[in-house]
Amino acid sequence: MSRLAAVFATARSENRAALIGYLPAGYPSVSGAVAAIKAMLANGVDAVEIGMPYSDPVMDGGTIQAAVEASLAAGCTVPDLIESVRATSDGAAILVMSYWNPIARYGVERFASDFAAAGGSGVITPDLTPEEAGPWIEATSGAGIDRVFLVAPSSTDTRLALVTSISSGFVYAASTMGVTGTRNQVSGAAQTLVARTRAVTDLPIAVGLGVSNAAQAAELAAFADGVIVGSAFVRLLLDAPDEAAGAAAVGRLAAELAEGVRAR
Amino acid sequence: MSGNSPMSSPDSSGHFGPYGGRFVPEALMAALDQLDAEFRTAQADPLFLAQLDHLNRTYTGRPSILTEAPRFAEHAGGARVLLKREDLNHTGSHKINNVLGQALLAKRMGKTRVIAETGAGQHGVATATAAALLGLDCVVYMGEDDTHRQSLNVARMRLLGAEVIPVTAGSRTLKDAINEAMRDWVTNVDSTHYLLGTVAGPAPFPEMVREFHRVIGDEARTQVLELTGRLPDAIAACVGGGSNAIGIFAAFLDDHDVELHGYEAAGDGIETGRHSASITGGSPGVLHGARTYVMQDENGQTVESHSISAGLDYPSVGPEHAFLHDTGRAAYHPITDTEAMDAFALLCRTEGIIPAIESAHALAGAIYLGKRLGPEGIILVNLSGRGDKDVDTAAKWFGIETVTP
Repeated sequence: MSRLAAVFATARSENRAALIGYLPAGYPSVSGAVAAIKAMLANGVDAVEIGMPYSDPVMDGGTIQAAVEASLAAGCTVPDLIESVRATSDGAAILVMSYWNPIARYGVERFASDFAAAGGSGVITPDLTPEEAGPWIEATSGAGIDRVFLVAPSSTDTRLALVTSISSGFVYAASTMGVTGTRNQVSGAAQTLVARTRAVTDLPIAVGLGVSNAAQAAELAAFADGVIVGSAFVRLLLDAPDEAAGAAAVGRLAAELAEGVRAR
Repeated sequence: MSGNSPMSSPDSSGHFGPYGGRFVPEALMAALDQLDAEFRTAQADPLFLAQLDHLNRTYTGRPSILTEAPRFAEHAGGARVLLKREDLNHTGSHKINNVLGQALLAKRMGKTRVIAETGAGQHGVATATAAALLGLDCVVYMGEDDTHRQSLNVARMRLLGAEVIPVTAGSRTLKDAINEAMRDWVTNVDSTHYLLGTVAGPAPFPEMVREFHRVIGDEARTQVLELTGRLPDAIAACVGGGSNAIGIFAAFLDDHDVELHGYEAAGDGIETGRHSASITGGSPGVLHGARTYVMQDENGQTVESHSISAGLDYPSVGPEHAFLHDTGRAAYHPITDTEAMDAFALLCRTEGIIPAIESAHALAGAIYLGKRLGPEGIILVNLSGRGDKDVDTAAKWFGIETVTP
């Protein structure tokens, strides 16, 4: 069983949803991001997505854009990302979320094998369509890492079947049509999408986009296998007076959300 | 591949050789499939084609004329230089050809709102124009830096009823305007069509935009034959994203004796790194939904492009150009700001035509072509836009007083 599969199996056995947190590599610094990720893991986050900063993040709203722009300005590279994985993956399920070009440029096979060697569990590729994923499927299978693709409320049933057929670990369900960022309400589209996705796959389904507090996490945990929180964590780092305070704030939110996913 | 030319169509998944395809969020796939289906239905619908042809003739002013430029040609080795006058189209450039086609498609799909990116502002003006004509809401994203250097076009768009949103992210130019337009699209895709302005982006955009600009090449091919009795030896077009170049190339792809030349913006010079020449100075990668040549660093991050011409200031290029380059069917060359502005001045003073600075890159290329081909040569230049919008930039470049002291 892959480490991600084990995360979801454990959550299921505890009758709760898994909690997945996101932070970009290199913000507020490479070591500062590692410290914040460790704070998440110490406070009930089951798996962490480390974002590879990218110059053209078309799926991200202002919060994540601000953090990745700062990370890139400070010189964050793919090797920095891999080192961040290595520094946090001891006993933990670490994913990378990356737009496709940084992976393509680094080398598809090289990325998969270096990521696996650093202890990584799976990679989320938000702009890699199944139609273009041939070499990636081969490389991830060879490296023994999970590959996570996204489904959206606009996905047709045919596309849900296609996307889930090449996914492993879990399926990332985008709760709403839009970019990353906190929202006041969880979209009603999420529950419908999860139900439609369940009809075509046995993989766990985690819901992301727009979740920022325990109440929303609990709402999603009622029907999803996992809850993904990104911008709310990043916002805390952006607003923190220093790195230690940022990591502490991230830890507090993680603990609050961990209660949420247990309140399904 | 289909059709009578191996190069004239992408394959069924939108690939031109290894380039093109779709690298987009899943959330956009349904909209792209819908657009693809609507485009193909429309292309086979005589009513749609008649509607578009009617607008081309009675609104845009097509066919655009062919102007011979003999006094300019004296500086180009004495070759015959023929200008395809897309600058005379309504709104001032070739951009309107594609915009009318896509705006009609948007109406067919029941969309009530169009969004667009713009660099020089020409595509934004054309989109605002079509939106006014067809009763669509219109939002145009424009890099904040570009709103300053093309302020005239910002005013034009607002007069036409469009909302212009300055984009302050990233390099504040065209690439960031595209990012912002894609974010809008993924959020509002039910009501909104993204009216992409060049032959870049995910399938079907590169093919669809080419087909709406093919009229440039189709007309020019006939006009050159009528005027000279034969096909031209070479075609010159500027290439940013590459829509005007693809439009004029499209009609000549199968004419293997006709050389196709694309001129990229070399800015301060390729060696300085301050340029926008994606093919000459970039490498294969993925940007804005397609695999193509991209100006990028060793980590796959897009690097900033530079050009005096806002319309060419883009760190990537349409995937069909990438393919035409690799196969050798078209050749791509860098033209510096200085070379372009010299050609700009030359056309002004020899022919009484103020070209867009974008198009001046093609004119600079034509000078080199003419010197090689000599007096027997015939060169067709796509004069893709007029220079009214560039008067401030040109006045600064040449040190001309714009206010009487």
